[in-house]
Amino acid sequence: MSGFRWLAHPTLTLLLTVIWLMLANTFGFGHLLLGLLLGWAIPLLCRDFLIAMPRVRRPFRLGLFVLQVFADILVANLHVARLVLGPEARLNPAFVEVPMAIEDEFVLALLTNIISLTPGTVSADLDVERRTLLLHALDAPDPARLVAEVKRRYETPLLEIFQCSPT
Amino acid sequence: MPFWIEALVSLFLVLGSLFALIGAIGLYRLPDFYTRLHAPTKATTLGVGGMVIASMLFFAGRPEGPSLHELLLTLFLFISAPVSAHMLARAALRRRLPVNGRTRGKPW
Amino acid sequence: MLAHVIPFCLAVIGLAMILNLVRLIRGPSPADRILALDTLYINALALIVLLGIRQASELFFEAALLIAAMGFVGTVAAGKYLSRGDILD
Repeated sequence: MSGFRWLAHPTLTLLLTVIWLMLANTFGFGHLLLGLLLGWAIPLLCRDFLIAMPRVRRPFRLGLFVLQVFADILVANLHVARLVLGPEARLNPAFVEVPMAIEDEFVLALLTNIISLTPGTVSADLDVERRTLLLHALDAPDPARLVAEVKRRYETPLLEIFQCSPT
Repeated sequence: MPFWIEALVSLFLVLGSLFALIGAIGLYRLPDFYTRLHAPTKATTLGVGGMVIASMLFFAGRPEGPSLHELLLTLFLFISAPVSAHMLARAALRRRLPVNGRTRGKPW
Repeated sequence: MLAHVIPFCLAVIGLAMILNLVRLIRGPSPADRILALDTLYINALALIVLLGIRQASELFFEAALLIAAMGFVGTVAAGKYLSRGDILD
């Protein structure tokens, strides 16, 4: 390990402090100190298990992306609701393999979770060696278009936001 | 409590519970495990998320002042739902659970 | 208005839980049962949130958070057990 870092994970420290303040449901000074203490100690104690987070290159773009994902979650739900209540013959389930251009573990995990929450797809299996993601789609009449859609809507923005080398 | 807050709370509650019901219907009637996985991960999560937001609005309308800790519950649900769905999907693939006949593409 | 909306929501969530219960009993695979159990957990969470609004008490929040955490850990543990196979080696 290359040297001992007192602040193991600054982003996580901030996040844990905010979560502690929300959990205590006050914004008093004492709780702020306690939150900071916990936010400092917890990453330090489990620093061997943490995945390094890549640097955010475009924070503004990240905000836009988060909003877009929330909008997509709403759309996904209306879509799933229509499919669930409609006749079974309307379903076009499919397993689709999506090749991944993302190398970073953290971003890959993020992408996998976003895909599970958004329109009609659940990520089923991640093959790390071959860098492909197996998706199950509830309604995919055209698998090739689904792959293109996933790449365009989620993978490209993530690659742009985080500083990581596209293969 | 002002009327519009009550109306907003009611709207979120009704929408949330209906989404939870849609998730349950999907779990009940879709043909195979992989399609059934979609309904609870999306509809039920959003449904309960909506009800939690209703709860937040409700408690914000009271004289004690706003409370944000309900957001934590929504956050937790939205982080945990895809993870557990992914775990279950992988388990199902390992066990080679039968796939509905209309499914295209081979999982293994 | 809330006095009418909350019983309606309770009924809807109750119906959803019955449907989940049917799936839990019918299976057919263990994965289906775990999924049904997970959904039941989340719906129980909804019931507790509703109860909190009905009683106008914030005391239920901690219970809801605990149930959410337990449900998640339980589902992940069961899923992991399932994907490793049912033989302990």
